[in-house]
Amino acid sequence: MRKLIISRVLQAVPTLWVIATLTFFMTRYAPGGPFDSERAIPEEIKIKLQSHFGLDRPLFDQYLLYLKNLLQGDLGPSFKYPEWEVSELIATAFPVSLTLGLLSLLIALMVGIPAGMIAALRKNSWVDYLPMSLSMAGICLPTFVLGPLLIYALSTQLGMFPPLGWYGPADWVLPSLTLGLFYAAYIARLTRAGMLETLQQDYVRTARAKGAKSWRILTKHAARGGLLPVVTFLGPAFAGLITGSFVIESIFFIPGLGKFFVTAAFNRDYTMVLGTVLFYASLIILLNLLVDLLQAWLDPKARQEK
Amino acid sequence: MGQLTIRNLEVSFHTREGIIRAVDGIDLAIGPGEIVGLVGESGSGKSVTCNSVLQLLPCPPAQFGEGKIEWSSKDLLQLDEDKMRRIRGKEISMIFQDPMSCLNPFMTVLDQVAEPLIIHKICKPAEAKRKALEMLAKVGVHRVKEYPNSYPHEFSGGMRQRAMIAMALITQPALLLADEPTTALDVTVQAKVLSILRELCSELGVSVLFVSHDLGLVAELADRVVVMYRGKVVEQNDTASIFTHPKHPYVKALIACRPTLETSDDRLPTVEDFINPGKETEKSPADTSPPKTSSKSAKTLVEAKRLVVEFTTDEGSVRAVNDVSIKIPQGSTHGLVGESGSGKTSLGRSLLNLIRRQSGEILFNGIPVGHKGHPHEKQFRKSMQIIFQDPYASLNPRLTIEQALVEPMIVHNLGSSKRERIKRVIDLLEEVGLGEEHLARYPHEFSGGQRQRICVARALTTEPEFIVCDECVSAMDVSVQAQVLNLLKSLQASRGLTYLFISHDLGVVKFMSDQISVMQKGQIVESGSAENIYNDPQTKYTQQLINSIPAANRSKNFSFTHPSVSPGP
Amino acid sequence: MSSTHSSSLGRDAWLRLRANKMAMASLFLLAAVALISLLGPLLCSYSYDQQNLDRVFQSPDTTHLFGTDNLGRDLFARTTYGGRISLAVGLLATLVSLVIGVTYGMLSGYCGGRLDAWMMRLVDVLYSLPFIIFVILLMVLFGRNFLLLFLAIGAVEWLTMARITRAQTINLKNAEFIEAARALGYSHLRILFHHLLPNLIGPIIIYATLTVPAVMLLESVLSFLGLGVQAPMSSWGSLIKEGAEKMDAAPWLLFFPGMFFCLTLFALNFLGDGLRDALDPKSSKD
Repeated sequence: MRKLIISRVLQAVPTLWVIATLTFFMTRYAPGGPFDSERAIPEEIKIKLQSHFGLDRPLFDQYLLYLKNLLQGDLGPSFKYPEWEVSELIATAFPVSLTLGLLSLLIALMVGIPAGMIAALRKNSWVDYLPMSLSMAGICLPTFVLGPLLIYALSTQLGMFPPLGWYGPADWVLPSLTLGLFYAAYIARLTRAGMLETLQQDYVRTARAKGAKSWRILTKHAARGGLLPVVTFLGPAFAGLITGSFVIESIFFIPGLGKFFVTAAFNRDYTMVLGTVLFYASLIILLNLLVDLLQAWLDPKARQEK
Repeated sequence: MGQLTIRNLEVSFHTREGIIRAVDGIDLAIGPGEIVGLVGESGSGKSVTCNSVLQLLPCPPAQFGEGKIEWSSKDLLQLDEDKMRRIRGKEISMIFQDPMSCLNPFMTVLDQVAEPLIIHKICKPAEAKRKALEMLAKVGVHRVKEYPNSYPHEFSGGMRQRAMIAMALITQPALLLADEPTTALDVTVQAKVLSILRELCSELGVSVLFVSHDLGLVAELADRVVVMYRGKVVEQNDTASIFTHPKHPYVKALIACRPTLETSDDRLPTVEDFINPGKETEKSPADTSPPKTSSKSAKTLVEAKRLVVEFTTDEGSVRAVNDVSIKIPQGSTHGLVGESGSGKTSLGRSLLNLIRRQSGEILFNGIPVGHKGHPHEKQFRKSMQIIFQDPYASLNPRLTIEQALVEPMIVHNLGSSKRERIKRVIDLLEEVGLGEEHLARYPHEFSGGQRQRICVARALTTEPEFIVCDECVSAMDVSVQAQVLNLLKSLQASRGLTYLFISHDLGVVKFMSDQISVMQKGQIVESGSAENIYNDPQTKYTQQLINSIPAANRSKNFSFTHPSVSPGP
Repeated sequence: MSSTHSSSLGRDAWLRLRANKMAMASLFLLAAVALISLLGPLLCSYSYDQQNLDRVFQSPDTTHLFGTDNLGRDLFARTTYGGRISLAVGLLATLVSLVIGVTYGMLSGYCGGRLDAWMMRLVDVLYSLPFIIFVILLMVLFGRNFLLLFLAIGAVEWLTMARITRAQTINLKNAEFIEAARALGYSHLRILFHHLLPNLIGPIIIYATLTVPAVMLLESVLSFLGLGVQAPMSSWGSLIKEGAEKMDAAPWLLFFPGMFFCLTLFALNFLGDGLRDALDPKSSKD
């Protein structure tokens, strides 16, 4: 277990370095710059600004400087909002995205796993067909279709929740539902398939031969094996939640990190883009590690191998 | 207590292809304390019968007819799920074939063994665990005492099956259903597990329904034997009588077509011989009967000198073949016996240069066989072939029989035209007992025995001199096994082939071979003529191997000293 | 498995698929959507970028089957035109991922050993990269280049394809018929393409069918964020974005592209499920 953590951390360092380098040069070689906005800035101010941020120095020097600062944990100031540090911007925006992500995940698991389990237990009955049809619909209804529909139905027509913004818990409902239901649908299908597979295993027959009740078979014997695919899916799901948050934040006008990132990229806010990308990368690496640990905890064989 | 009576049991399966009647009206009774053996080949309905008793078959597709399964004055087929559940694991327990998949990989072994006591509320969890430890010690699983948190994957197959036995008997049930409990195990392990099962059951007074495909094995244990064939009981009698006076032709065949250590004929009888007597189904090698090449005068075809094969695993490197030298004279069969993991398969493959060897030399016809990429490699490939254990996996499912058999000729430039190649393929198919009508078919349309014949034909396409038979009959029922063995023998006689015959079954190896080598832990521990190995084993390991074979499989005329009659040690 | 007459595995699979009503319905639906997308722009008397400021926000009627948008452009023309783009992106990007992924996976699995370990380590590292973020970055920084779009998407999707192919290859590589092929002296190329690949096709087709909707979804997410195709061109994703913004004034702007998109995803997913059952009866869920 400890070996796994250490090896992952050691792997993360070169990964992050590659990401930093790639992003750095990609942003710099892309056409446009941070100060080429629609409003023309006088030439001398632009030059002043560029020298202030060190943009007039050779590119490689800038790169080395950036890495040096990075090693000290300094992501630098935002080019677009010079009075803000990038880390401060992330610290303001991320909690919003985190709340959204956690709520969505919660909805996805709380709806998806029970639905999938019931469907697997009562295969080919209406408690199988109904949730599975709904989940198929859920998978085919992308967030940016479901979102507007939910706004239209629950907000415009029924007036139950505010349609836009992020001020209080009432605002949380629609965005988290939109993002969460998509993954709930996916998880329900995975759970059903995983449970059905596990329920066919020889060791489940052994449990039946011992005289175990179906509830005991489900919770003690089948659940662990049946939920492994769901746990494996959590890795891609986290990455998907991040992408999803870009869309959701754009639909519901939520001031989260996703929106900041897209805006920063449009504005060529070099430091902000780099900082956000590195932050997301570390987050994904961390979450993948968590998934692996969870998997090892569930599966004694994997525990030993790792 | 504990009288099981099966009356006119009918079980059928409703599948897409139609209704399959797996059990077709059988009657069976097991008295208290009695051990009954249920014998039959795959598909005979023996496992279905066994699973029906505990109602473990999924319904649908399974469906029961009018019969009854009576247990302490109840009809088990009429009980609801909850009442049935109270009987499972408490009054009637069951152990299954594959110990690898039948234990839950996510639960500790201790918890699983203790579970029946907890489920049936026989005692508190702490007490149950204590009892489970006791039971595990009794069956010889001592690791759990040291490491109570061990999971199934940390145990060998034999140990897992012992744990299964402990789990099944911990509630002291009245009846134990054992469905091929030792089939997946090595012979020496099988012997140990069997003796544990026998002792424990007689100690606890448990009656047993022992299901197996191996008549000889059942004779070791059972008071009475019931033989099933195609869903019906064809014969039942006490064990000694079945062997001495079999009545039904199928039972006679079953006893006759398994080679024992004493079989010395050139051809094994097959089921066909008994069921349709007088009809000659296969050309017997005796017809062609060339004098068997004396192994001493013939020249050496294949020779290995100080062969070493290593595998690297996560834990380091393992020597699968450790300094092995072997000589195989032309036209003879060299048998290779050993248990799983002994390195016999690795030896066979390295002789064919299919796996890399660390060191050592292989000579074929006196010419050294190089490592891969050797200029003569293609020539060697042509002259040396292999037949595998699983005929289901050794044919490419996407190629027709014609494609599969023509391809080697194309690769090796044999035959000048397409027509000539197809003609040769047809000749080969006829040689192995198939025909032209099979050319356009795909492998999944054939039975296991037929597929193995196709594999033999494919191996012959390149006109090889040397063939490695790697457990090539191990997955087969004895009747099919007899046919394939006869085919191999007759081909050897007509084509002068040289075989390396690898098997874990000493009886089969003895029947096929002139010379035998016994392998253990990567080394050949004993080597000699087939007769000498059996009559005068030099090492303890060989002795142990021979003793582990059920008595009935060792000799046709074994004397019945029934284990349950003689007091245990 | 006990069919009495002679038939290949492919025919068996086709028969099983034919018996699956949902899958066949999906197949017809897909054909219909593809046909409408191909022919629609030709049949329609308006072009996708033809503005008519006199007829903005027309609700659906006989002249404008699907209504018009805020610039008076015909939504039927735009939806079918968008369908061409969305479907093209879906197919082409899947093809890119297929070619890279299958080659990479087969090579890695067949060669095994150290090469395999290194190749898979690379995939692992790439997996842990926030690839989507890179795609977005790429699209923002280098403009909405069509070629770049499906290269980028294909580059993300090939990773899973490579993993699946590798796992299947390793399974098959140890199968005895491959070993028999080696024993018969077949060359590596012959084994790879004549014996391995045909047996990989089942899982590859299944996964490819499921990749198309994933790719289309990704494209639409990019379009939705304003990073996909550029106005006046359209894709279903960009149309849905416009529709969502003007949902209150003109709900049909969301409805028609949304319906086409969802139906296509629906059909692709059902077809994928059906193909899995047909090609791999053992893993069938019921």
